[in-house]
Amino acid sequence: MGITLDKISKSYGKIKALSNISFNVKPGELFGLIGPDGAGKTTLFRILTTLLIPDEGVATVAGYDLVKDYKNIRNNVGYMPGKFSLYQDLTIEENLHFFATIFGTTVEENYQIIKDIYVQIEPFKHRRAGKLSGGMKQKLALSCALIHKPKVLFLDEPTTGVDPVSRKEFWEMLKRLQQTGITILVSTPYMDEAALCDRIALIQHGKILEIDSPKMIVKHYPKPLYNVKAHNMYLLINSLNHYEHKHSVYPFGEFIHYTDSRKDFNPDDLKNYLEHENLFHVEIETTTPTIEDTFMELAK
Amino acid sequence: MKIILYIIKKEFKQIFRNKGMLPIIFILPILQLVILSNAATYEIKNITFGYVDLDNTKTSRGLIEKFEASNYFNISNRFSSEKEASNNLLKGAIDAYIYIPNYFERDLQKHKINSVGVYVDAIDGAAAGVINVYITQIIQNYSRTITADFIQVSDAVQKPNIVDSIPLFWYNQTLNYKTFMVPGILVLLVTMITLFLSGMNIVREKEIGTLEQINVTPIKKHQFIIGKLFPFWVIGMGLLTIGLILAKIIFNVPFVGNLVLLYGYTSVYILVVLGMGLFISNFTDTQQQAMFIAWFFIVIFILMSGLFTPIESMPQWAQWLTEFNPIRYFVEIIRMLMLKGSGFMDILPLALKTLAYAVVMNALAVWSYKKTI
Repeated sequence: MGITLDKISKSYGKIKALSNISFNVKPGELFGLIGPDGAGKTTLFRILTTLLIPDEGVATVAGYDLVKDYKNIRNNVGYMPGKFSLYQDLTIEENLHFFATIFGTTVEENYQIIKDIYVQIEPFKHRRAGKLSGGMKQKLALSCALIHKPKVLFLDEPTTGVDPVSRKEFWEMLKRLQQTGITILVSTPYMDEAALCDRIALIQHGKILEIDSPKMIVKHYPKPLYNVKAHNMYLLINSLNHYEHKHSVYPFGEFIHYTDSRKDFNPDDLKNYLEHENLFHVEIETTTPTIEDTFMELAK
Repeated sequence: MKIILYIIKKEFKQIFRNKGMLPIIFILPILQLVILSNAATYEIKNITFGYVDLDNTKTSRGLIEKFEASNYFNISNRFSSEKEASNNLLKGAIDAYIYIPNYFERDLQKHKINSVGVYVDAIDGAAAGVINVYITQIIQNYSRTITADFIQVSDAVQKPNIVDSIPLFWYNQTLNYKTFMVPGILVLLVTMITLFLSGMNIVREKEIGTLEQINVTPIKKHQFIIGKLFPFWVIGMGLLTIGLILAKIIFNVPFVGNLVLLYGYTSVYILVVLGMGLFISNFTDTQQQAMFIAWFFIVIFILMSGLFTPIESMPQWAQWLTEFNPIRYFVEIIRMLMLKGSGFMDILPLALKTLAYAVVMNALAVWSYKKTI
């Protein structure tokens, strides 16, 4: 009842948007599709929601074949496009009733599913959707996508452009939704959100780089990773980039994440080098890689 | 059915909430009807007129007086020579002049025949034609009266046999241009508003992204299309009603035909227009594109509709093209119904063509509407 994809490919003219995408999402799983803009996430969503027909490959959503049973799929999936796409000139309540009606159901019938989310915006139900804040729009969009009790929910970058507090709330809502047994496929460019998924697929240039749980993906990181810090960040990056044994150098908050190309790397060598380069207060310590590190390494 | 009704309800809500759109739908057409109907006339008044009278007799002055008496002419000047008059015509100071030669009266009495020169600025050919007709009419009428004066007793035996034609203008007896134009302009309004609105409507959903959301729902094509277009059908019929009332109140245009027939025909006609609107919106991505394409067609349709220029005077290939012009049918039918009082059988051939057009257009539109991107 989840989602299966087998060698899905899609091209726009000469541009290959997706090539040979295969993965499974288990029923009831919260599955994340992680990748930068232009990786092919939206194309994949459009294929799985029957808006686009793939050039090659087969896929099933909620047990229905993508091409043959597309009508059943449309009855059983909820889709929240990346761009806010509800009627701005209709009120919250009218939008919700509209989507309930075209799915052949009523708000009352399925109120239980959206209750948790909808109560937060219900006080404003007579306000037009165009006049809502970003967080509220998103809650409304999610309510509309859920109102027909879908088996599978597709969320295309639901938190892009939303403030950090609303983002956190949103993910808590998703976790609660997952408890009700809905399969959720969510895409995001934010690596910190990836850690909240059951499993994630890292995607870039239309190809899947890696699929695993966030914990396991981090363990796939091939090298010891170091936090490096010094008094001058800019000089530090330049110096590290010029270091002959460097493997990767990425700024990461107040630190630089550094890996070395040698197997027998001794941090003291690096420290000596950096101090030689006129950097003070040099600190080097090992750290655990994050999903972002993994992504950068795989995308290299 | 419930779904269609709900979409219709939603569309009406959106139309009435769109503060910029409401006046466009209801106020502008009324303004257009009033302005265009008063402005679009072939009658030419206030013709600036001059003359050269070298004869200076009772007869020549009598002719000039006839022109002065007509309310079509503003007598501007008497010119002393033909050269001067011709210069003024060249400068555009006058629209036309007549030239009365020397011995006009004497020759007329002697030979019972004489001629005056008529010179008309013919840059606007249509206007020149009309001016010429007015001038000729005045001169002919005048010549009839003076001929009678000159006929002497001895001539009475050989009375000239003149065949006189007395025109009777049927269906628009006073040749009132408003009676002729108002029904046609009414057609324009109904067509323009419904085509623009329906053309932009579905594109708008594309633009704001709601179409993507709608397309992943199990909603059927026909439910969505009917739900989206029905409100504009209602608006089109509403506009016709408003227009007919205004035509009666403001312009006192007669309505001798059957009102039910007109509404029946219009209901089919609007389907053609809505089908076109939908077709346009299927092939465009933004409201701007849709608007431009709709304009392109509207302009051609209007100019080739027989509203301003008679179709009979177009070249053969153009006449053939007008067969594809829905406005042409409606203009013809609304004039037949309102002014001539035609019955069902009279409009049937045109109505059937319109119906066929509606079926083809909507089939194309529905076929080209895709729920996938």
